[in-house]
Amino acid sequence: MTISIKVNGREHTLGEIDPEMPLLWVLRDLLGLTGTKFGCGEALCGACTVHLDGMAVRSCVTPVERARGREVTTIEGLSADGDHPLQKAWVELGVPQCGYCQAGQIMTAAALLAANPSPSDDDIARSMAGNLCRCGTYVRIRAAIKRAAKGTP
Amino acid sequence: MKLSRRGFLGGVGAAAAGLVLGIHRASGRAVEVPADGELAPNAFVRIGSDGVATIVCARSEMGQGVRSSLHVLVADELGADLAKVQLVQGDGDPRYGNQDTDGSSSVRGDAFTMLRTLGATAREMLVAAAAHRWGVPAAKLVARDSAVHDERRKRSLAFGELVAEAAKLPVPKHVELRPFGELPHAGKDLPVRDAPDQVTGRATYAADVRLPGMLTAVVARPPALLGKAARFDAARARAIPGVRDVVELPAPSAPIQMQALGGVAVVADHTWAALRGRHALAVTWDGGPNAGYDSAAYREQLLVAVRAPGEVVRKVGDAEAALARAARRVEAEYVVPHLAHATMEPPAALARVDGDRCEVWACTQDPQGMQDEIGKALGIDKSHVTVHVTLLGGGFGRKSFPDFAVEAALLAKRAGVPVRVQWTREDDLQHSSYHTHSAQALVAGLDADGNVIAWRHRIAYPSISATFSADATRPSTGELSQGVLDMPLAVPDISVQTGAAAAHARIGWLRSVCNIQQAFAQQSFIAELAHATGRDPRDMLLRVLGPARALTAADQGVAKLPNYGLPLTTYPYDVGRLHHVIERVTDAAGWGTGGRALGLAAHRSFATYVAVVAQVGKGRRGEPRVEEAWIAADAGTVINPERVRSQLEGAFVFAASNTLHGAITYEGGAVVQRNFRDYRLLRMPEAPRAIHVELVASTAPPGGVGEPGVPPVAPAIANAWFALTGTRVRTLPFIT
Repeated sequence: MTISIKVNGREHTLGEIDPEMPLLWVLRDLLGLTGTKFGCGEALCGACTVHLDGMAVRSCVTPVERARGREVTTIEGLSADGDHPLQKAWVELGVPQCGYCQAGQIMTAAALLAANPSPSDDDIARSMAGNLCRCGTYVRIRAAIKRAAKGTP
Repeated sequence: MKLSRRGFLGGVGAAAAGLVLGIHRASGRAVEVPADGELAPNAFVRIGSDGVATIVCARSEMGQGVRSSLHVLVADELGADLAKVQLVQGDGDPRYGNQDTDGSSSVRGDAFTMLRTLGATAREMLVAAAAHRWGVPAAKLVARDSAVHDERRKRSLAFGELVAEAAKLPVPKHVELRPFGELPHAGKDLPVRDAPDQVTGRATYAADVRLPGMLTAVVARPPALLGKAARFDAARARAIPGVRDVVELPAPSAPIQMQALGGVAVVADHTWAALRGRHALAVTWDGGPNAGYDSAAYREQLLVAVRAPGEVVRKVGDAEAALARAARRVEAEYVVPHLAHATMEPPAALARVDGDRCEVWACTQDPQGMQDEIGKALGIDKSHVTVHVTLLGGGFGRKSFPDFAVEAALLAKRAGVPVRVQWTREDDLQHSSYHTHSAQALVAGLDADGNVIAWRHRIAYPSISATFSADATRPSTGELSQGVLDMPLAVPDISVQTGAAAAHARIGWLRSVCNIQQAFAQQSFIAELAHATGRDPRDMLLRVLGPARALTAADQGVAKLPNYGLPLTTYPYDVGRLHHVIERVTDAAGWGTGGRALGLAAHRSFATYVAVVAQVGKGRRGEPRVEEAWIAADAGTVINPERVRSQLEGAFVFAASNTLHGAITYEGGAVVQRNFRDYRLLRMPEAPRAIHVELVASTAPPGGVGEPGVPPVAPAIANAWFALTGTRVRTLPFIT
């Protein structure tokens, strides 16, 4: 089966592909977009979070056929120069430790801010509950989201 | 500080033998021939004619901040402008000395002097070249901003203009180190070097490396350690589109040591095909020697072991006699289960094999150990194995084992093309190198006034030594030195005993290792004694620790104090520093002001003193919630306080996950937990709303940083929960 998907504004035609193949492996193994991370394969950790038409989804459980004809945005496509307010806040506050989960954290946070430009602590905690960080950077993640929210016009 | 090479080497303990080699080699006798016009006085520093200093980070970055810190120490000694410094991650190479990124050892001990010496050596050569050019004494010149300056005559020469001449000079045997306080960047907050790449998806972890023609493999491993595949359906796996090969990996022999775990690999065009192929294998396993391991039953055996007299490993006076005459006894038993590291990045490695050479990209804490094991597995010389160290998506001790890269190397050899091995979360949780499973029994004797006059501590757990030697059945001296042999106790009669416990799982290092259970038991027990005697827990803790003093092996009643391989002369166990962090943290938390449920614990590990206060409450279903935390730490001299604070914040959350949720259990030799659904980590709604960190300003030599934040957390939470509910939790985790 051939499936066409649009990732970060670019069309890709995937020939001879299992329509059940999770979007995560399409991005990483077929398209070479390795910013999206594998953490659990069962939508339990959020490391693989991308946007599908602006909504945060876990790409590890999203069959590629669900992305057909829709806009996929990955961390590579979130901003042109790493200058999304969240990316800037993340760097300014030194959020990452190992950094592995942070692309997924940022993608979830970006979807939150797009829907709710000034989230409360509870809103943040609820929205981010699906993203694990074993290094334990949650306090700084929350602070960075709040900083970015203030910077969002 | 003036150091002679001889004096430098003479002060190095045996535990740091690997480091000696590095320093030795760094003296210039075994360096690469530098390119023309380059100055390369040691394996770590290279300065080109453009003035750019290339500095090697030889330790693995796993979030602890080495890539944001170590090269700055080198660059500051060198006198380099940080904008003219390029950081290179070192491959596995004995010229770098000890690269094993464990034991919170990247800065503490000899590493601190070594890193500075690397930069100072290059600086002295550049200064000597300038002195020669100008015909002035070197002592009149200073190196700063990647140039040598003659301030009196107002003239400067950029490093790039000096390297050709400097490279002809002998590498100095003695170098002068700058006073730490005069270094321009070290000691101040430094930016997180890799953060811009990490927030844009450009940072490279092991699974992100791509080579032309590479294949991807996943492995079905024996559920029980040292089990074997009895049969599997290779044809069914091969029928999955994209599957290229099914390979039975060699079965390891006991003890497991650093070997790969065996099993059946499916090699495919991409990860999805490999996963589907593995599912299709439908392997039937021979359980092997550990197939009977059941952790619930085993726990009962551990408790039996600590209820009987054991082998005495610490003895002061006569604890049994003192217990017999005590007015009162307080007794408690503590149990800590197996834990898994659960790094967010599951292990992954990419290998290619060409004849008798192998090249690997891996998220490893120990690239030289990986060279050894791949060399053994492939039957080639380890010097023919190149290990490129990627960023690690968490390590915590798991990635000190090279098994996943050995798998990749074996499969790449057979495939004739590069092969990446990808572990899944299930693989990670079910085939890790686990924190041990422990039981401890503590008994204190109190006199009529509530003073502690006797202390007996019995300990049983499978030792990490059992991973390497089949006959190891008791905690090693090294394991006991993590907070037991070196536990300050102002108690006249003490007995510490160990019980036998054979290992049935691969036991390994997990962030702060045996400090976890040993601090949990002792720091909980001291709070129990406070309750039993009606004292404030903080007062009781200070009372049991006793007066400010430097511990000695003789006073402790032990043969020796291993002290994390550090000399007691420069790194004494200074009880006064532990008092100090207790005072600081309780002041910060408002201890004694009432109205909140606070718990306190304090512990020294890896030469760093940490005290923690946790404030807990109840969640909606009555479960414990850590609301806020205060940490005071004395890590001695600190290179990058910002990364030290982040490590302490993270250590709190890491340890709180272990305390509240962490448990790996076994049934029929296999791990029960499969994914984050049943191996739970703290999520943002359960994490403390604030973690306050206070670093004690200190000029003492640097202590470790990555691990010492962990041990006090579990007892601080247990003590706070007791303050809130009156219920004492002695078996972890809290929530099962």
